[in-house]
Amino acid sequence: MAAPPDVAARRRLADRDGALAWIFLSPAVVYILALVGLPFVLAVAFSLSDVTGGDPSFDWVGLQNFERIFSDPVFWRSLRNTFVFTAVSMFFIVLFGKVLANVLIADFKGRWLVRFLVLLPWTTPVALSTITWLWLLDSVFSPIDWVLRQIGLLQTNMFWLGQPTLAMASVIAVHVWRLVPLAAVIMMAGLLSIPKDVQEQALVDGAGYWRRMFEVTIPLTAPVIAISALFGAIFTFTDMTVVYVLTRGGPTNETQVLASWAFFRGIEGSDIGQGAAIALFLFPLLLAAAIAILRAVRRMEVG
Amino acid sequence: MYTVEVKNLYKHFDGVHAIDGIDLATDEGEYLVLLGPSGCGKTTLLRTIAGLEEPTSGDVLIGGQVVTGLPPRARRIAMVFQSYALYPHKTVLANIVFPLKAAGVPPEERERKARTAAGMLGIEHLLDRKPRQLSGGERQRVALARALVRDPAVFLLDEPLSNLDAKLRASARDELKRFQQEIGTTTIYVTHDQSEAMGLGDRIAVMSQGRVRQIGHPVEIYDDPADTFVATFIGSPPMNLVPRGDTLVGFRPEHLLPVENVRGERVTTTLEVQRMEYLSGDRHVYGTVDLGEGPTRVIARLPATVETPIAVGERHEFAVPVERLRFFDAAEGKRTAPIRLGP
Repeated sequence: MAAPPDVAARRRLADRDGALAWIFLSPAVVYILALVGLPFVLAVAFSLSDVTGGDPSFDWVGLQNFERIFSDPVFWRSLRNTFVFTAVSMFFIVLFGKVLANVLIADFKGRWLVRFLVLLPWTTPVALSTITWLWLLDSVFSPIDWVLRQIGLLQTNMFWLGQPTLAMASVIAVHVWRLVPLAAVIMMAGLLSIPKDVQEQALVDGAGYWRRMFEVTIPLTAPVIAISALFGAIFTFTDMTVVYVLTRGGPTNETQVLASWAFFRGIEGSDIGQGAAIALFLFPLLLAAAIAILRAVRRMEVG
Repeated sequence: MYTVEVKNLYKHFDGVHAIDGIDLATDEGEYLVLLGPSGCGKTTLLRTIAGLEEPTSGDVLIGGQVVTGLPPRARRIAMVFQSYALYPHKTVLANIVFPLKAAGVPPEERERKARTAAGMLGIEHLLDRKPRQLSGGERQRVALARALVRDPAVFLLDEPLSNLDAKLRASARDELKRFQQEIGTTTIYVTHDQSEAMGLGDRIAVMSQGRVRQIGHPVEIYDDPADTFVATFIGSPPMNLVPRGDTLVGFRPEHLLPVENVRGERVTTTLEVQRMEYLSGDRHVYGTVDLGEGPTRVIARLPATVETPIAVGERHEFAVPVERLRFFDAAEGKRTAPIRLGP
C-alpha cells in the first residue's frame, strides 16, 4: 500500500517550475544586458556624439561621425578588406575543415596524435600563436624564407608582411590555420551523425568514393556545414587579433579591416565617436548573418 | 540464378569470435534463412557476404567465383538493412534510381527500370515523396524496390520486418515470400524470429556463438533438432528435455498429452500439474515429470480438441508417442541413439 499524500509537506522551491525558470534564466539575462545590451546602447550614443579620449563630455553631433568616416578612403579600404578577408578565409576554412573532419573520423594507427595536432591551433591562445607566426614571417629572420633559400627556391627574403598582397595572404593564412580545427570538429560531429547504414547502403549500391561524397555525405551534412560556415564568417568578420598582431593594418592600411580600423580610430586615435560609428557599421551585416544561422538551425530541427 | 557459398569462414573482432568456422552453401534461387539469438554472428555473416566486413580467414563465393577481397559494388548483391537505410534527402524515385546511376545506366533506361520495380511493389504513387513522408511498410517497399532494380545475383536481407508493427509484419512476410518466388533470386535472410524463419525459409541455418548448429528444411529443424540448442531455441514453448541417466529425453509440448489421447506405442509418465494457461484455445500445462533423475519442469500443450479435465495441484497420467521422442547426450547436447524407457 502506498502511503497517503503528506499534505503537511509543502511544495518546495525546487517543485515550482515558474520560479525556477526565472532564477535560472536571470544570470544569463543580467549578463546579456550588462555586457551586450549596455555597450551596444553606449556605442550608438557615442557614434552620435563628439566624445574623444581628451574630452569625454557628451555633445550631440548627429550623423557627423558617419559623414566623416564615409569620406575617409581608409574606411572603404577596410570594408573591402573585411569582405575579402572573410570570403577567402571562409572558402579555405570550409574546404580544409571538411578534409580534416574526414581525417578525424578515419580509423588508423596513431590517429590520437593526428587529432591532437589538428586541435592544437585552436587550443593555443590566439595572441600567443599569432606572435609565433609574426616571428615565422619576420622580414629578416623568417625560418620559412630560410628553408626556401636552403632548397634553392628563393634568392632574397620574401617580406611576407611588407608587401600588400603577401601581407593580406599571410593574414588570411594565419586566420585559416587558427579556425580550421573548430570547423573540422563541428563538421566531424555532422559526419558522425550520418547513420552508418546509409553509408553502407551507398557502398552496397555500388557508389564510388566521389559519388558517396557528393550524393550522400555532403547533402546530409549540408546544414552543419552551413552553420559552421556562418559561425566562422561572423567570427572572421569581427576579428582583429590576427591583423592587429601581424601587421597592425599595414603596410599603409592594406590589411586594415573594419574591426581593427575601429580600434585604431576609437581607442588608439582617441576619437571614440568615429570608432563607434565604424564599429556600428558591422551591426546590420552581423544581424543578417545571425538571422541566417537561426533559420538554418530551425530548418535542421524541422528536417 | 546464382549460388552463395562460404568456406571455412572465420571473423574475429579483438578476440571475439563473431564467426567461428562456417561452411554453408545455398542452392540456386533458394531462400535461406539465418536464424539465431542476438550476438550469434548471423548479421556478421551476412555483412561478410556483402563485403562490408573482411573475413579473418576463409572465402566467400558468389556464383562459384571467389569474391572475398572484392568491394561490395563488385559483388552484384543487393542488401536491405534493418533500418531500410533510405537516403533521407532523396525522393523515392531518386532512391530507387541511385544504384543504376552508380552503375552508369543511361537516364531513360534508369527511369524505366525504376518504374517497373516500383510497379512490382505497388509504390508508383509515392515516387515524388521523401522517405520521411512514408510509413514503415512503404519504406520497406522502397528499400526492396531499390534492391530489386539492379537485378542482383543475390538478395541479402537483414531483419527487414523487425521495424514493422505486428499486424503489418504478418502481411509483409507473406508478400516478401511471394515476391521472392516471383523473381526467383537467391536470397539470404537474417532474423531472430523463428516464426519468420519457419514461414519464409526454404531452408533454415540455426546459428549460435558463431557457428551453424543445424541447417535444414523447417520441418527437419523442428522435428529433428541436431542438438539441445536447436531443440530449445525453436518452438514456442520449446522442446521439453528430461534427464534419464546420461541422456536427455526430448519431446515437443504438443506431443505430451493425457494418456487416453495417445494411441499406439507410447511412453507414459506422471505429470504433477502446477500451473495452467489458456492461449488461443490451447491449454498450456506447466508441471514436473520424473524419469528417474528427480522432478523436471515440462510444458504440455493440449489442443482445444483434448477435453480431459485437468486441475492444478493434481497428478495426471500423460504419455508421449515413442516415435516422437528424441534423445540427446546430456554432456555434449548432441543427438544420440534412442534408449529404452519404461519397464
